Amino acid sequence: MKAPARPLFLERRGYRSRRIMDASRLLPVLGFLLFMVPLVRQPDGNGPTAGYLVYLFSVWFVLIVIAAILSRRLRRATGGAPEERP
Amino acid sequence: MIPFNILVAVCVVYVAGLFLVAFVAERRAANGRSSWLRSPLVYTLSLSVYCTAWTFYGAVGYAARSGLEFLTIYLGPTLVLVGWWWALRKLVRIGKTQRITSVADLISSRYGKSNTLGVIVTLLAVVGTTPYIALQLQSVTLSFSVFAESDTLGWAPMDLNATSLWVAAGLALFTVLFGTRNLDANEQHHGVVTAIAVEAVVKLVALLAVGIFVVWGVAGGVEGMMDRIASSPLAQTRFAGGRWAGLTFLSAAAVLTLPRMFQVLVVENADERHLATASWAFPLYLFLMSLFVVPIAVVGLASQPAGANPDLFVLTVPLSLGQEGLATLAFLGGFSSATSMVIVAAIALSTMVSNHIVMPLWLSWQSAGATVSGDVRRVVLGARRVSIGGVLVLGYLYYRLTGGSEALAAIGLISFAGVAQVLPALLGGIFWRGATKRGAVAGLVTGFAIWAYALFLPSFGAGGVMSAALLADGPWGIDWLRPQGLFGFAGMDPLIHAMFWSLLLNTFFFFAVSLSGFPSPLERLQGAQFVNVFEHSSGAHGWVHGAAEAEDLLMMSQRILGPEKAQGLFQREAVAQGKVGYLPDTTPAFLERLERELAGSVGAATSHAMVGQIVGRSSVSVEDLMAVADETAQMMEYSSQLEAKSEELSRTARQLREANEKLTELSVQKDAFLSQISHELRTPMTSIRAFSEILMDGRTLSEAEFSRYSSIIHEEAIRLTRLLDDLLDLSVLENGQVSLNRQPGNLRDLIDRAVAATGSLDGAGRLKINRARAAEDLALLTDTDRLSQVFINIIANAQKYCNAAEPELRIRARRTGQGIVVDFIDNGSGIPKKSQSIIFEKFSRLSDRNAAGGAGLGLAICKEIMQNLGGDIAYLPGQGGAAFRVRLPMTEAQAA
Repeated sequence: MKAPARPLFLERRGYRSRRIMDASRLLPVLGFLLFMVPLVRQPDGNGPTAGYLVYLFSVWFVLIVIAAILSRRLRRATGGAPEERP
Repeated sequence: MIPFNILVAVCVVYVAGLFLVAFVAERRAANGRSSWLRSPLVYTLSLSVYCTAWTFYGAVGYAARSGLEFLTIYLGPTLVLVGWWWALRKLVRIGKTQRITSVADLISSRYGKSNTLGVIVTLLAVVGTTPYIALQLQSVTLSFSVFAESDTLGWAPMDLNATSLWVAAGLALFTVLFGTRNLDANEQHHGVVTAIAVEAVVKLVALLAVGIFVVWGVAGGVEGMMDRIASSPLAQTRFAGGRWAGLTFLSAAAVLTLPRMFQVLVVENADERHLATASWAFPLYLFLMSLFVVPIAVVGLASQPAGANPDLFVLTVPLSLGQEGLATLAFLGGFSSATSMVIVAAIALSTMVSNHIVMPLWLSWQSAGATVSGDVRRVVLGARRVSIGGVLVLGYLYYRLTGGSEALAAIGLISFAGVAQVLPALLGGIFWRGATKRGAVAGLVTGFAIWAYALFLPSFGAGGVMSAALLADGPWGIDWLRPQGLFGFAGMDPLIHAMFWSLLLNTFFFFAVSLSGFPSPLERLQGAQFVNVFEHSSGAHGWVHGAAEAEDLLMMSQRILGPEKAQGLFQREAVAQGKVGYLPDTTPAFLERLERELAGSVGAATSHAMVGQIVGRSSVSVEDLMAVADETAQMMEYSSQLEAKSEELSRTARQLREANEKLTELSVQKDAFLSQISHELRTPMTSIRAFSEILMDGRTLSEAEFSRYSSIIHEEAIRLTRLLDDLLDLSVLENGQVSLNRQPGNLRDLIDRAVAATGSLDGAGRLKINRARAAEDLALLTDTDRLSQVFINIIANAQKYCNAAEPELRIRARRTGQGIVVDFIDNGSGIPKKSQSIIFEKFSRLSDRNAAGGAGLGLAICKEIMQNLGGDIAYLPGQGGAAFRVRLPMTEAQAA
C-alpha cells in the first residue's frame, strides 16, 4: 500500500514519538548485549561471581527503569492507543 | 515444630481463600464491575505463572549447583517484555483481532486455519507440559516431606504419594470450577486470573521475606552477604558461555511459546495498554524474585549438611534456624507457585485439546454436521473438563513413573526446549507473509522429533526409554546418530546440543519448505491479516471509534432494521451522547446495543460478524462459526417448515377449488332440477286441472270419456305422490332416521324379485337380463326390502338409459374377502367421465333427453340405502357401458 500522504518531515511531536518507538525497539538489543558481557570477558576464577551478580542486577534494574520511562512516554505520545505502522 | 495437621490446615485455609477470591472476582466480572480486575497490575501479576515451583525452590538449587546461570531463566523473559514493541504487542493485537484462544489456535489460524497444525502444536504442548506438571506435584510433595522429616511426631513417608494425589485432585477441581465456567467468546477467566494474581503476591512476599531474613538476619547486612558470596563455593563455579547464551535465548523463546504464558499474556489480556505497564513491571517482578536467590543458596550451602537437597533451601534454611512462621510462609509461596502454574497450564492445554482434537473429532462424528443445535457448548465445556482431568492425571502418572528422582531444573529446561519448537512457526507467521503451512508442519515435526530423540527420551536416563548402548553408540552403531552427539557434535552439553540441532533444523525446514511451496488462498489471506495486523485492524480494546464507521454501520443497519428504525436508533444514541444528527460515536456500549438490535433480526453470530466486518474485527472464531451454522440450520429448518406449510396451503386451496367447482355444478344442477321438478309437478297438475275442469262442466261427456278423464287424473295424482314419496324417502335416509328391518335372505331371490318388479323377467321387456344364477346363491342378513329397492332402481335405470340397439344387462355376483360384490353392467354408452362424480348426488339427471320418469333421485336414494346398510354403491368405469358395483359388508353377508 502506497502512502503518498506521508509527510517528508514530521512535526516535532510526531518525530519524538517515532524516536521513542525506535528506542523501545532498541532496548532489548541493548539489554541482550549487556547481558552477554560475561561471555566476552571470561572470569579468571578469583571470586568473579559476586562482581557479576552486582553487574547483572544493575544492568537489569537500569533496563527496567528505562522500559518504564519509555512505556510511559510511548503511551503519552500515542494518546493511549498505540497506532503505528511497524 | 509445626505439626503436620496445622500445615495441612494452613493449606486448606489458603486454598479456600483462593476459591473465595476467584468466586468474588467472577461475580464482580459478571456484574460488570471488573474495573480493578482488569487493571495493568493484575495483568502483570498474572504473568507470574512464569515463576513456578521450579523458580521458587529450584532457582536456589540451580544457583547452588551452577552459580549465576539460573539468572538466564529470567533474563530471557526480561528481554522479551522490554522489547514488547517488537513481538508481544503484535501477538496481543493478533490475539484480539483474530480471537485467538491458544498458541495452537494462533499457529493453526495463521496457516490457513489448518487443524493439522493445531493438532501438532497441541501434542507438542501436552508432551512438553506434562513433565512440568509432574514437577509441580513433586515440589509440593517434597516441601511437605521437609516438614514431615522435622516433625517429632513422625509422619509416614507412605503418605507422600497420597499427598500428591490429593494436590492433583484439588487442582483439577479448582481448574474445572473456575476455568470452564463459561465459554467466553474471548476465553477470559477473571476468577482464575485474579486468584493467580493473589498467588503471585504470596510467592513474591514469601521469597522476599526469606531473602530479607537471610541477608539481614543471618549475614548481617548487604556487605556481610557480599563477603559470604565471595567466599562461598558458589563463587568458584565455572561460567559456561554456551549455556549462558543458549538458556537466555531458550527462556526468551519459552515466554512466547509456553502454553500457560500465551494464555496469560495474550488470551487473558483485557487491554492492550496493560502490556505497556507489564513491559517494565513484570521484569521488575522477576528481578525481585531472583534478587535473594544467591544469598539463600550461599547461606544454605554454608548452613545445611552436605547431602541436603539445595532445591529445598528456601524451606530448610528458615526451619533449621527456628523460623517456623517464615518457613510456613515459604511453604505457602512454593505451594502458590505450583498451584498457579498447574491451573493455568491445565486451562491452556484443555482449551487446545478440546478445540483442536476433541471438537473436530466430535464434529466429524456428527453426520448431521451443521444441523446440530444447542448442545455444542455443552460438548465443548465437557471436553474441557475432561481434558483438565486428563492433563492432571498425565502429570501425576509421570510423577509416579519417574519417581521424582531428577533435579527440578532439568525437567523445566527440557520442557522449555520442547515448546520452543513452536518459535520459528510463530515468529515466522507474524513477521513473514511467505511462511506457509507446509513449511510450518515440516519445521515443527522436525524440531519435535529431534527434541524427543536428543533430549526428552534420553532424559529418562540410560536404560529408561533408550538403552545405554543406544545412548553410547547410536542406533545400529551409527556413531553420528548418537542421541546426544548428533552429526559428530559429541561432548556438548546435552541441552544445548538438542536445542541447537532441533531449532536449527526446525528453522531450516520451515524456511526451505515455505520458500519452495505455494500457499493456499486462505493461508495467504490469514498471513496478510497476521503480518499486517496493524493496518487491517485497530483498537486498543474491543471495538474502536470512528465516524466513517458510524456511517457504514448506519447503512448496514438500515438494510437490516429498515430506514426508520435504524435512523431512530442512531439518532437516539447521538442525542444521548450529546451530539446532533444521525451519527453517534461508535462507543463500545453503542456497538454492543447495536449488535443486540441487529441480533434480533439476523441472529447473534451473524450480527457480531457483520458489525465486526465494519469495525475491523472481521474474523470469527470456531464458536462463532458454529453459532452461525447453528442459526443457519435453524433457518433452514424454519424455511423447510414454511415450505411444507405453503404446500399444505396450496393443497387445501386446491381442495377448496374442487369443492367450489362441485358446489357450483351442484347449484346449477339444483337450479335445473328445481325447474325440472316444477315442470314435473306442473305437468301432472296441469293435466289434473285441465281434466277436472272438463269434468266440472262436462254434462255432454259420455260415460267412456268421463271414465278415461278421471283415470288420467288418478294416474297423475299417483305420479305426484310417487315423486313426493321419493323426496320424503331420501330425506329420511339422509337424516339417518331410517329403521332397518334385518332378516335373512338369499341374493338370488332378491335379484329375481327385482327383475320381476321391473317387468324384465324372462326377456319379457326390452332389456335382456344376463345372469349367472349359480354364483348368486349367497345368503344374506340384511334389510332385504331396501336392498331389492336398490337393485330395482339400477335395473330400471338400465331400462331407461341404456341406448344400445339390443340393450343387455349383465348381473354378476361374487363373494370376496370383505363381503359380497354385485356388478350391474349394461352395454350402452355409459356415463361420461365428467359426470361420474355427480351421478350419486341428489337431483342429478344427466340429460333430459329421456323424460322417462324419475326426478334424478334414484341413485341418490340407492347410495343412502347402501350407506345405511354398511356397504356402498359406486360407478365402475371402463366396463364398456354403464356399470354399477354394489358392495355389501361381511356382517351383512352370511356364510352360505
